[in-house]
Amino acid sequence: MASLVGSRVERKEDKRFLTGKGRYTADINIVNQTYAIFIRSPHARAKIKKIDISKALKSSGVVDILTGEHIAKDKIGGLIAGWAIRSEDNSEMKCPANPPLAKDNVNFVGDPIAVVLAESLDEAKDAAELVKIDYKILEAVTNLGTSMESEAIHEGIDKNLCYDWLLGDRQKVKEAFEKADKIIKLDITNNRLIPNAMEPRACVIDYNTASEEITCYTTSQNPHLSRLIMSAFGGVAPENKLRVVAPDVGGGFGSKINLYNEEIVCSWASKKIERPIKWVAERTESFLTDTHGRDHITHAELAVTNDGKFLGFKNETIANLGAYARVFGTVTPTYLFGPCATGVYIMPAAYSNVKAVYTNTAPVDAYRGAGRPEATYTIERIVDKAAIELGIDPIEIRMKNFPTEFPFKQTLVHQIDSGDYVAGLNKAKEMSDYDGFTARKKESESRGKLRGIGVTTYFEACGIAPSPVVMMLGCGVGLWESAEVRFNPTGQVTIYTGSHSHGQSHQTTFAQIAADELGVPIENIDIVHGDTDKGTFGMGTYGSRSLTVGGIAIVNACKKIVAKGKRIAAKMLEVSEDEIDFNNGEYLVAKSNKKKTIGEVAFASYLPGVRDEVKSPLPEGDEPGLIESSFYDPANFSFPAGSHIAEVEIDPETGNVKLDKYTAVDDFGTIVNPIIVEGQVHGGLAQGIGQALTENAQYDDTGQLITASYMDYTMPRADNFPEFNLGFTCTKATTNPLGVKGCGEAGAIAAPPTVMNAVINALGGREIDMPATAEKVWEACNEMKKTNSEAA
Amino acid sequence: MKNFDYHSPKEVKEASKLASSKSVFLAGGMTTIPSMKLGLATYKDVINLKGIKKLSGIKVSGKVVKIGATTQHAEVAKSKEIKKSIPSLAALAEGIGDPQVRNRGTIGGSIANNDPAADYPSACLALNAVINTNNRSINAENFFKGMYETSLKSGEIIESIEFEIPSKSNYQKLPNPASRYAVIGVYVARYKGDNVNVAVTGAKSCAYLDKNLSDALSKDFSTSSINGVNISSKGLNSDIHASADYRANMIKVFC
Repeated sequence: MASLVGSRVERKEDKRFLTGKGRYTADINIVNQTYAIFIRSPHARAKIKKIDISKALKSSGVVDILTGEHIAKDKIGGLIAGWAIRSEDNSEMKCPANPPLAKDNVNFVGDPIAVVLAESLDEAKDAAELVKIDYKILEAVTNLGTSMESEAIHEGIDKNLCYDWLLGDRQKVKEAFEKADKIIKLDITNNRLIPNAMEPRACVIDYNTASEEITCYTTSQNPHLSRLIMSAFGGVAPENKLRVVAPDVGGGFGSKINLYNEEIVCSWASKKIERPIKWVAERTESFLTDTHGRDHITHAELAVTNDGKFLGFKNETIANLGAYARVFGTVTPTYLFGPCATGVYIMPAAYSNVKAVYTNTAPVDAYRGAGRPEATYTIERIVDKAAIELGIDPIEIRMKNFPTEFPFKQTLVHQIDSGDYVAGLNKAKEMSDYDGFTARKKESESRGKLRGIGVTTYFEACGIAPSPVVMMLGCGVGLWESAEVRFNPTGQVTIYTGSHSHGQSHQTTFAQIAADELGVPIENIDIVHGDTDKGTFGMGTYGSRSLTVGGIAIVNACKKIVAKGKRIAAKMLEVSEDEIDFNNGEYLVAKSNKKKTIGEVAFASYLPGVRDEVKSPLPEGDEPGLIESSFYDPANFSFPAGSHIAEVEIDPETGNVKLDKYTAVDDFGTIVNPIIVEGQVHGGLAQGIGQALTENAQYDDTGQLITASYMDYTMPRADNFPEFNLGFTCTKATTNPLGVKGCGEAGAIAAPPTVMNAVINALGGREIDMPATAEKVWEACNEMKKTNSEAA
Repeated sequence: MKNFDYHSPKEVKEASKLASSKSVFLAGGMTTIPSMKLGLATYKDVINLKGIKKLSGIKVSGKVVKIGATTQHAEVAKSKEIKKSIPSLAALAEGIGDPQVRNRGTIGGSIANNDPAADYPSACLALNAVINTNNRSINAENFFKGMYETSLKSGEIIESIEFEIPSKSNYQKLPNPASRYAVIGVYVARYKGDNVNVAVTGAKSCAYLDKNLSDALSKDFSTSSINGVNISSKGLNSDIHASADYRANMIKVFC
């Protein structure tokens, strides 16, 4: 059997998803279920003076209405920040309480206050309109730039400051800057984004009054983590009485990492009313309450020599946490951002200083790339600016500063095991016909258009894991992953993984690697995920960690199966273990034709009695069955890298930016399934290009989200993209047996600076912030015309 | 969505009789149904006009293209007769929304709704349209009154729209990147005797005829003739996608 790793195996998921046979949370209905409607704050910041539910309670079909008062009385805990980040002065970060239902204060538009449970959705909605809430409206803090000078939103949190964090050495940076020929300075904002998973959040809760077990079907990227938080911090039920199931989930992009208010409230309420509860978010609720992404203001400086060598880098960043700190909210702008802010380069000295602040906006958390897109955007914009100011070609300046020896100790945290940045950039240069740009620019100009080219080289630290490291950095849990591989007596294999698939096609990728390890046809391997009652445990899917952590746990469990199988085969074949080779699913005795297939061995493992001539196939000390599990904690993060090159054409009359060419060359180490990896790159690019050209979540001064529908929030569409030109280089990760590095976030990390560098190049170096919308670009074009005519 | 009584009359008279201050006529439902779902509008009676056969269809005779009120955008877009007589009108229909919208949305619904960024109102103004209702015929110039406001009275139903076939015409729009409605749409139509109409949508509370641009092009039908026309941004719409100043400039770019 040829190796499946590396081959374009068609997705096992296709039949289900392409024929509309997926089963999502909203598809689940339970007999006797009630429907939940959440009453949310229409104000960004207010005190709740009084809630009157008396009239609503009498409304037709109402089963119950529960408020923050009720949930506080039952001592149900709130939502938490998963990472404890310390400030530069070593003080602890400051986090406000975030009760599942607000009792006294609301802090963003959409903050839930009460839940109406009724026999039908319409009745729940009608009753919700009858709930009267008196607010004392307070002035909202919505401007990130001035948030630290504004009134404190949360009691006891001065300047709205969660922490003032430093990574790096200020003194070393100062010394490096003193030696520089030139200091390049850059002020940028990283626009706020709304993840917009196709499937809105939802939960269906089934409380069993006899067993007292709560089953929570929900749209989660990490059901085990949700159960842990709901049990340990929410106190909703002990873990053994709480089953969390995340069935098919239609996209998460980070926004479904968090356990949300609604899941806690509905789980608690279901027990209270002893009826099942169903809640499905409407699209407006998704816009208002899904965790948002990005939202930084950064000042960065790069110290360079006249010949383009980098001496030092620093950035001062203000990161918006929104109203509350959530699971990855505090780590995203720190350890996921700071270390990557020096880019792929040799940077002798660096620091990142980040102030994370609270504002009266939706909580901001991990969104595809989480911190690394913000970091890459910062360094790649400033490197391009340096190239412009020094008059060096953007590719040349990057090549000059690449490390060429690996492992490479990156400036701030990471030890990068492998990579070849020169090869990647050369390949991108060739694939994009970089040298032909001048001719294409001329051709565009002959049609009255402006053309620009942009380059980005990036690395990212993903495969978010090593528990000792992440826990040292402040993570509240270990980030290993687990797998259990079960051989059925009749030879098929069921694999339970703690990773969750919500678009990543794990059922195919994981089956491919297991098929190679076990020598079993892929059709006979099933992957089970997303149910805390099935399999061991899991930390979930985010940070491009499924294959690099979860996948390796499967490999390791498979290796244990093969090892036990070998002991059994040896007994069956009456030879010693070291005389046996395992190859392609067969245990072969060297220099003989004696063999047993792994299927035969599995079958025998379940029949430990006397059979035929064999007394028992089980070696002494071995238990019956062929089931093994593994908890895998890698030695390091993984470090994908790549080079992307984009070309844009701008119509100076309208400012419209057309992305004309996009070349992405990525090094993801070993690629298990190219179809799936290409799909991941496409998706990441779409979201990254969306950030660069169209998407922007905007609040007004009073804290109303003015981009709360697709009429105003500009999701990119197919006609915003050219055909993507994808290439790959491969340096295998040395820290895991497959040599894999992860691919889910790369596009979203690299595309924003690539596209913006192209736009700025077309605009003759005029800087604009993302998104490069028509009017903004048009204004820059007008300035350009003015400058040009003045020069002439 | 709140409960309502649904009616599907077969005759215009019957439909008109059912109308009250708490009713709405439904054609394609591209605006009405989302508004109802979002709770922005509630009605006691929803009167579906799609069952009235005579309200649908395309007829071209002499100098006039007549389109029934419940004719879908997709039908206008693919009509061979319209493509031949007023190609810009077919192109306009082809550029509305997306395939789903074009296969549900109707010309009568678009005009009756009079969204400030809708495409059809500009066509009505530029193409000297007459809007025929169950009571009277209204010139386009007297039809569009303001934001979502028309001269239609309660119970009045648009039956058809008649467009005068021009010698030359074109419609160009700058679509809103999110909604794909017109940030600016400019409809230019030239008639015998060199009379040119320039209608603009997306810029103000509703589509309007721009007199200065119309006059300039009537005098001299060339790109350079509009260079001297000054378009003030005063009173133009301004939103997160386009400022009034940008809109003012784009009117000329798209003219």
